[in-house]
Amino acid sequence: MKTELMVNGANHTLDIDTRVTLLDALRDHLQLTGTKKGCDHGQCGACTVIVNGQRINSCLSLAVMHDGDDVRTVEGLSEGDDLNALQQAFLDHDALQCGYCTPGQLCSAMALLDEVREGRASHVTEELNGPVALTRDEITERMSGNLCRCACYVGIVAAIEEVASE
Amino acid sequence: MRPFDFCKPATPENAIEDAVGAPGSAFVGGGTNLLDLMKLGVMAPERLVDVNRLGLNQIEPIENGIEIGAGVTNSDLADDPHIRQLWPLLSRALLAGASVQLRNKATTGGNLLQRTRCPYFQDTDVACNKREPGSGCAALGGELRNHAVLGTSEHCIALHPSDMAVAMRALDADIVICDANGGTKSIALRDFYRLPGDTPHVETALNHGDLITSVRLPAPTGDRQIYRKIRDRASYAFALVSVALVLRMENGQIASAALAFGGLGTMPWRDEAVDTVLIGERPSEALFEKAGETLMSGAELRPGLEFKAGLAKRALKSVLMEATR
Repeated sequence: MKTELMVNGANHTLDIDTRVTLLDALRDHLQLTGTKKGCDHGQCGACTVIVNGQRINSCLSLAVMHDGDDVRTVEGLSEGDDLNALQQAFLDHDALQCGYCTPGQLCSAMALLDEVREGRASHVTEELNGPVALTRDEITERMSGNLCRCACYVGIVAAIEEVASE
Repeated sequence: MRPFDFCKPATPENAIEDAVGAPGSAFVGGGTNLLDLMKLGVMAPERLVDVNRLGLNQIEPIENGIEIGAGVTNSDLADDPHIRQLWPLLSRALLAGASVQLRNKATTGGNLLQRTRCPYFQDTDVACNKREPGSGCAALGGELRNHAVLGTSEHCIALHPSDMAVAMRALDADIVICDANGGTKSIALRDFYRLPGDTPHVETALNHGDLITSVRLPAPTGDRQIYRKIRDRASYAFALVSVALVLRMENGQIASAALAFGGLGTMPWRDEAVDTVLIGERPSEALFEKAGETLMSGAELRPGLEFKAGLAKRALKSVLMEATR
């Protein structure tokens, strides 16, 4: 089925089987292998990408459902060799060990920063209508859809905290 | 995954036509549950009908309430200013469910129709009356934790997993449905779900081709609203027990109370006898304990699920104490 995807600013036209997930379209059809397949069932968050400004699990979405959508993956975060602030903070805070979950963590954290700016509440936000203070509890709750088997959570939270405070 | 056709209709009428055109069709909204089950081989629709381009993503105030399009995502619903202000219970229930990534995809209609997470339902190598009618129930005699204790039968003890639907049950939601004959009907959430009985594969009042187009909430019956969810980890887990409360106090008495429960029932659970125990009474620990006894009086506490009785009663008491302080 013909499907158009805008990925990291570049337009792609694919002719793909209806069964292909967005994740497999990115990895196997567009050779963008930065996005990782972990559980393939929406439980680990390794496949997180940003679609039309919102983070989603690309493993639980069909590519054909994203015709005309704007997709941002980890390859679209840096400008060439220049890491963005969040990527640099992950390095500075040892926010990874094996690195497998990192592309998903980065995409998730990028979207998290936008969500907080938009005043979107979380399960641990005291006042639904109040401003959101990005405490460690807030970061932990908002990142709970991204697992890290190396358990680099302390570094991940510290990296996000640093970028959020800038 | 088995091969399937994919349709992208632009109107609800076309979506229903596409669905009726194939007996094994399924509507797909966010797909976060359906695609998971298709990968597992639990569901194998011959056709998917994408309902994301039908214009069903509005939230609009209506006379004495609000109407939520079936395609509104769980994230957008939780963040809607009207919902936050007048139906905070619903925002809280949504925010207590899943992860941000899933809530960004999951839709209002899809959430209502999500399937149980019973591990025996999800494992095609074992018997399950819900997946394969008449095959038996591997959960009975199996490892139990995320299973139901209310509304169960000897054929099925699968738990309804939704948080959103529990809040909507306490808020007296109505489900608006377009059917294959071009008609529109409204079903109270109270009448929407089916107890498993001896047909656990029949989960709702929907017929093939029926499309949920919106959910209507009446004005809330109480200003005190709480959603309390107890789970095995602090985030991103299904409820062991959850309590949704809408309550109003008047002159030191409970003037109205609507309580619904997650983690307990084969469907989002409401027992009006619990509300009746409370209404017209002055708050007291003894009263709240009586409400808990009423709730759990018919519970089937199968091995491994005994803990739910105490947990549910304590959760209810704690929520009632907070609400009537």
